[in-house]
This record gives sequence, C-alpha cells and structure tokens, in this order.
Amino acid sequence: MPKDLLLEIGLEEVPARFVRGAMEQLKEKTEKWLADTRLGYKEVKAYATPRRLAVLVAGLAEKQEDINEEVKGPARKIALDETGGWSKAALGFARSQGADPDSLFFRELGGVEYVYAKKSSIGAETSSLLPDALPALITSMTFPKNMRWGSYDLRFVRPIRWLVALYGSDIVPFEITGVATGNVSRGHRFLGEDTVVEQPSVYVDRLRAQHVIADIEERRKAIMEGIRSLSEERGWNIAVKDDLLEEVLFLVETPTVLTGSFDPSFLHIPQEVLITSMREHQRYFPVLDAEGRLQPHFVTVRNGDRLSLDVVAKGNEKVLRARLSDAKFFYEEDKKLKIEDASAKLENIVYHEELGTVADKVRRIRAISDRITQHLRADEEVRTAVSRTADICKFDLVSQMVYEFPELQGIMGEDYARKAGERESVARGINEHYSPRNAGDRPAQSLVGAIVGIADKIDTIAGCFSIGIIPTGSQDPYALRRQAAGIVSTLLAHDMELTLTDLFKIVLEVHAERGLKREAFDITKEMQEFFALRIKNVLAELDVRYDVIDAVLAAGSEDVRRTVLRAKALQDVTAEGRKAEFRPAVEAFNRVANLAAKADSRQVDPGLFADAAETRLYEAWQQAHGKFVKQYNEVRMEDALAALSALSEPVAAFFEAVMVMAEDEAVRRNRLALLGLIADDVKTFADFSKLAG
Amino acid sequence: MNFQQMMLTLQQFWAEQNCIVVQPYDTEKGAGTMNPMTFLRTIGPEPWNVAYVEPSRRPADGRYGENPNRLYQHHQFQVIMKPSPDNIQELYLESLKRLGLDPAHHDIRFVEDNWEAPTLGAWGLGWEVWLDGMEITQFTYFQQVGGIDCHPVAVEITYGMERLASYIQQKENVFDLEWVQGVTYGDVFKQPEYEHSKYSFEVSDAAMLFQLFSTYESEAQRTMEQNLVFPAYDYVLKCSHVFNLLDARGAISVTERTGYMARVRNLARQVAATYLQERERLEFPLLKKGAEQHA
Repeated sequence: MPKDLLLEIGLEEVPARFVRGAMEQLKEKTEKWLADTRLGYKEVKAYATPRRLAVLVAGLAEKQEDINEEVKGPARKIALDETGGWSKAALGFARSQGADPDSLFFRELGGVEYVYAKKSSIGAETSSLLPDALPALITSMTFPKNMRWGSYDLRFVRPIRWLVALYGSDIVPFEITGVATGNVSRGHRFLGEDTVVEQPSVYVDRLRAQHVIADIEERRKAIMEGIRSLSEERGWNIAVKDDLLEEVLFLVETPTVLTGSFDPSFLHIPQEVLITSMREHQRYFPVLDAEGRLQPHFVTVRNGDRLSLDVVAKGNEKVLRARLSDAKFFYEEDKKLKIEDASAKLENIVYHEELGTVADKVRRIRAISDRITQHLRADEEVRTAVSRTADICKFDLVSQMVYEFPELQGIMGEDYARKAGERESVARGINEHYSPRNAGDRPAQSLVGAIVGIADKIDTIAGCFSIGIIPTGSQDPYALRRQAAGIVSTLLAHDMELTLTDLFKIVLEVHAERGLKREAFDITKEMQEFFALRIKNVLAELDVRYDVIDAVLAAGSEDVRRTVLRAKALQDVTAEGRKAEFRPAVEAFNRVANLAAKADSRQVDPGLFADAAETRLYEAWQQAHGKFVKQYNEVRMEDALAALSALSEPVAAFFEAVMVMAEDEAVRRNRLALLGLIADDVKTFADFSKLAG
Repeated sequence: MNFQQMMLTLQQFWAEQNCIVVQPYDTEKGAGTMNPMTFLRTIGPEPWNVAYVEPSRRPADGRYGENPNRLYQHHQFQVIMKPSPDNIQELYLESLKRLGLDPAHHDIRFVEDNWEAPTLGAWGLGWEVWLDGMEITQFTYFQQVGGIDCHPVAVEITYGMERLASYIQQKENVFDLEWVQGVTYGDVFKQPEYEHSKYSFEVSDAAMLFQLFSTYESEAQRTMEQNLVFPAYDYVLKCSHVFNLLDARGAISVTERTGYMARVRNLARQVAATYLQERERLEFPLLKKGAEQHA
C-alpha cells in the first residue's frame, strides 16, 4: 500500500527573499530523486514559512519498480571463441550486467546478431532507501548565501533546529548537525506549541492549529483578504506592491493586517519620500485616496494574532514618527542647499578613479547632450532646456535625502529644482534622465529627459568600455546591460533620428578629451556587439521570431528604430497565411544575393543587355530603388519591403531568360553588376537566407 | 523599568547562561564588536561566553544633544557565545521577557540583516530583530573575523539600549529616558553630547589627528613585531577612533577614505593572525580547560 511521505526542515528565520526559491528547490530535488529512483507517487506538494521548508509526497509507492530489461552486448562473432564457447568479451559483458553467462542469448538487429543479457532486479523497499536519501537531499540544497553555526561544518541558509521525517506513521531515522528526525513539529514562535504530526496527511492541519499557515497561497489570501476588508471598511486604496507583498508573505507564519496613522503635517514632504521611507525601512503598505494622494495612514502585517493589536500599532507609529521626523529634517535642510553650491560639491565626489569625479561626468553629459541636440536639429527651447538639465542633473546627489534614500535620486532633484525656480521641463528632465529605472520601467517621456538620459547612459557605457569594464556572464557591476537597454527603449519611444554609430562617435569624441587609453575603433566595435545583443533582446521581447531577428540583425542594427521596424515588417509578411505569398520574393532575393557575391562592380551598361528580361529587370530595379530609398528614409518599412518584393517577378523572369555566368566576360560582369545593385538594397533590409522555411 | 535596571537585568540573565560578565573596555571604540573580548576572543577554537555593556562612540552621529534619536555615544549590550548554542534564539527571547516584553503582546520578527565590518575584516549572517517595527537588536553568526574563518562559530547579540529603553519607557526623546528615579539620560549625557559634537565637528585639530593616526599605526606595527597582541590591538582601536574623528571633521576626502580604512583593516588582520598564532603557542588554554570540565 502506498503511503505519504513528509519531510519538514525546521530552521531559524530564513531570509524572506530566499524562501520561495528554497521551497521550489526542495520540491524539484524530491521529484528528481523519485524519478531517478523509480518510485511511483501521486503528487508532490511543498510548503514554506520563514521557519520551515516542507515537502509532502502523497501516495508514495512502498517499493521501487522492478527492473526487467534486455541489454544489448557484443556482436555474435566477437561473443563466441573458436570453440563456440563464450569469448572473454561475452563473459565480461555478462559480469558487467550481473547476468549468469548461461542466460545470455542472441537476437538479430539490423541484420547482425548480437548477444543479449536479461537484466532484472527486484525493487528495494522505500523505507530502506529514505534514511540515506533524505539527508542527502537536504545537504545538497544550495542557497545564494550560506552560513555555518555552532561547531558544525555544514553550510546552510540558516541553522537547522528540528526535522520531521515521516513515511506513513513511521519516523525516517537520520541526523543532521546534531538534530535527529522525529514526528514533532513546532508551532508559531509565540502563539503555538510543539505538535505531534502522527502522519503526513495531518501536517497542514496540525500546524494551522498551532497558528502556522504552511501553505503560501493560503497565507497570501489571508493577507489580501485582511487588506481588502480594511480598504472596504475605511474607503482606502491600499497600494500593494508585489515585491513587498512577497517579502511580507515570507516574514510571517500567522498574518494579521493592522493599521496606524501619522501626523498629517508630514504630508508636505514629497509623497515619494514618505512612501519610500514606509516601504523600504518599515515594509509598510502606503494608503492612498481615490485620486492617488497619500493619506496619513499605513498598513502593516503582524506575525501574530489580534492580541494587543493596539500596542503593536502604537509601537509602529512611534517608529514611523522617528523615521518621518528624520525625513522632514533632511527635507528642511536640503531646502537650504543652493543648486550651484551642490553642483560644486560634485567636484569632490569620485565617480571612478579612472573616469574622474561626478562633476567631470556631468561636464561630459553636458557635452554629449549638446551634440545630440545639434544632431537632431532640436529647436532653441529644447536646446537650452537640455543644456541646463545636463548641467544640474546630478546636484541632488549631495542632498541629505538622497544620501539617506539613494533610490530617490532625480526625484528629489525634480522637487528641489522646481522649488528653486527652474523651468518645468528642466525639473522634469532631472528626474526623467534616470528612466527607465528598472527592467519594467518606462523610458523618459519628455524629449529633454530622454536626451540627457541617453547622454548619461552612453557616457557610463563608453567610459567603462574604455577602461576595460565590459560585462561578461553574470558580471555586470555597473548595470551596463540595463543602461544599454534603456538607451534602446528611449530611442524607440521618441522615434529619434540618432543612430548608434552617430551616438558612439559623439561619446568617443567627448571622451577623447580626457584621453582614451584604448583605440576608439576597438571600443566602438565592442559597443556595437554589446548593443546588438540588447537589440536582439528587445526584439525577442516584442515577440519577433528568432529567424526574423537573425535575418534583420545580419543587415546591421546601428539604426535602432529602423531595425525594429524592419523586423516587424518582415515578421508580418512571413506570418502563417502570408508566408506562401512572400516565398517567391525570398527565393528571388536569396538567388540574387548568392550570385551578387561574385560581382566586383556596380557599373551597369544597358547597351550590353542581350535579353528583354534584362532590360525589364533593370527598369524595375530603377523604379523599386527610388521607392525603397525614399520609404526607408521616411521610416515606412512595410512599404520599403513591398517595393523590394515587387522585384521578385522580374528577377524570376531574368533567371528564366538568361544565363548569368555567360561566356562573354563583359556580359557576365554586366549581369552580376545588375544583381549587385539589387542585392545592395536587399541587404540593407535583411539577410533573407536566415529565414526559416 | 529604568535604564540602569535594564542593564542589570540583562547582565543577570546572561550571567545565568554561563556568560562571564565583564566591564566596558577602556579604549574608545565605535561598537561593542571592537572590544577585544569580542574581536579577539571569537577567533580560534576556544569556547568563549561573555556579556558586557559597551559605550560606543560614533563622532559623525553626534547632533549636539539636539536630535531625539541620534547620539555621539550610545550604549550597546553585547553578548558573545562560542560555539553558538542550539537554543540561542529562545534564550534571546527569554531575555526580552525579563525586560517586560512579552512577545505575545508585540510583533517580534527576525528580519535578514547581514553584518559586515570592513575595517575589521569581519562579516556574519543573521538578522535585525524588530519589536513592533523597531530595530532593537543585531543578531549575528560570525563567519569571519580579522579575515579568519570562524570555527566554531560565535553568535553575537547586540542590544541597542537607548532604543529599547525608549520603547519600554515610552519616551520620544532619548534625553528624557529615566536612568534611575530622579536622574534622566539627559542629566548624565546631554553636556558631553554637546561638547563632543562641537569638538568633533568644529574644534578638533586635524593636523594633530593625522599625526596621531600615523603614530598609533607605527606603534601598533612595532608592538605586533614583538607578538604583543593586546597592546598592539589597543593601538589599532586608537587608529580607528582617530579615523572616525577625522571623518566627522570632514578632513578625509572620499578617495583618501578608502586608503585609511585599508590601513586599519591591514592592522586588524595582522593582529587577528598574531592572536591565533599566540593562542596556538599557548596550546589553546581554554580548550583544554573546557575538556577537563566535561571529563
């Protein structure tokens, strides 16, 4: 009869950010062991709280499946010796399979006779396997950070304090770091007591009776329900951020949602400051009204029940009061800060030993920004706003508030700049030049913020590349990948007529003034490769097919905007349903491109045309080329592709009518040159040979 | 419970757990961890259980006695147990009960916080303990001290006495805390807070301090060459304090800062290595003694 298996690892509080991963790892390792060991089961469920990781295997078979298989050995002619008896090879094979030589037999496979052994073994009892398997499973777990404790050698996420291991109602005996298994689990640290788990199936209920909700979904629902009923009761909009909810979920075993208030006079501090202080320092959920304005309340989740909830609320209010008083103090102090004085202080902050101070960086951002606005032929208003924004984009780094809350950089700058009388576009630009701030964030919305942001990011990337800091594998300490992705998404969002080649040229000119230790050519080449990978990711995120991505990137990616639109156009015409219609064009382009590789000039002499099909193709190309160039420049990529596709019929007719590799050299070169002209346009768009059939 | 009763209660409690109770170390330091009773004794295989109050100076945190929460000098209650006992969390929670904090009526959580003291070449994993949202204790399993792996591992519990007291006594301002009946924290510390802040931020003589740093540094080196670990370490502590004074005075630029910290760290590492070597030469006396007691 199958029985259930329970393994619970009791721990001192595991860091909230590791719990989910650890739980999933335990489940996967268990499933893998069951499969490798040929043990049948119905279902594996995993549970986790800050103090425990558990896995429950329902309906685990009592013994391994028996093995009955036939294993192929050497061919007959090797298996028999001169006398017709088993050769050494055959005897060795039998030994390796644990088979009696007398039981070997022959079978034909693909016309050759081979010797075979019957291999069978009786499955072992599950209960005999578990005492070795379970501790091995536990000690094989890995975590982002490990520790040792007491006098033990094991490295684990936190000290192991108890172990429950049950197969049916029997304890699976083993010991790790002096902790022996049993059938006693521990309840909530303050509300519960030790509890006997008679068999795995009662685990969740026994814990619930001891104020531990072991199932994470059940716990999440309890928290969400508490928040929902509070919002309903008070008419609040409680801002639940997923990452904070996830953290809170793994800080509590019994969640009770509670609320407290703070003095409304703190509300004159910018909302972002209050929210950051509540979220980052205290793990509170902020309360908003229907219009998204912050209210003088907070919501938190206690690891316990409703006993003395008012005491807990008052305690939390006291802590928050001290925190917000600090914030208020910083805010008042920062108001005394003059932008020019603050910027001057940046001369003393080292940005990077080899790349100078933050003030040096700001000067480069200014120079790069100005060159970008020139390149874009931006109007006077944008030009002056960009210059000013670039000059003061980092001044808030010396404010007390940003020192305390680094994630408020730019946000405080915007507030302080506005209060100091800076133009709206400048204030906003200071904040937005950091956008996108993280993977899911949107790029800068204003053109000013976008330009200064691109300048800042490309300065960082080129600076790092110039001194050999280039991301490899998981090594990317300056988050250069995110910065490059930010440039790409910003260029796209603003349809900016700025190619990467132009941008690299601008940034390296500016960096040349501080003296480059490496060749600009090498840095450019590395940046091109680096950005090509980012663009590849952007295209993948836009659900462009991989073959389309490869085809498009083979034609270059220095013009980000056109690259993405080329991909979209190509994706459209090669989608199911339209694919067949487009296939002749692909065939034509590929044939053209193959032969054009042999072309050594682009000089076409219509006088050498021997066939009407040649003249027709030449004229078709002249027409298509004009359209293609115009539409490409106007960023109408679908039309540009259509213009090229119009050549597929005349190309086909051309190949039908003439022999390209003609005997006459002049005729041959003339035909190749014509194909070269067409191929040049085609290759500007994509390498169509990379498309999947 | 007044401030004095809290200190006595904790001393009594940890004495009951077989910790030796020692007095604060007489050299300025930024944290109880820097006391040789922690920094040196957590190194090596010998068992060690100790508890003490440590007045800790952080010149840059001074606020002229005007800020209700920030101090030039605050008090830590420090516990070290090596090897870390299996029931250490329970012992700690029991100590809170002794202070009148019944966990059932509060929200107590262990929130991940990994501790690192770069100038000591030390790091550990553990938590900050939250009492109704307030951090009241650092709880750390030392993994390395002075660049040396800890084996066995010592656990360090550091209570922030002022914070804990402000909660227990329900006071908003640290200077209003009751030290004993009729005497407030302010009565004892307000004037030194003001004077030390003024000295650190406005009056200290940077040129003299720079000179002191170099003098202490070379004396630490010279003493270490004679394998005199404890006197050498005293000079390391002095270097560290002088560095903190210079830092508060704004006399050390950002670039120089890293350099000075590295100099302190190098000294600390050397002292740690020499300490281990000297204890080994003495055949780890406390290890032998522990074995005899258990025999």
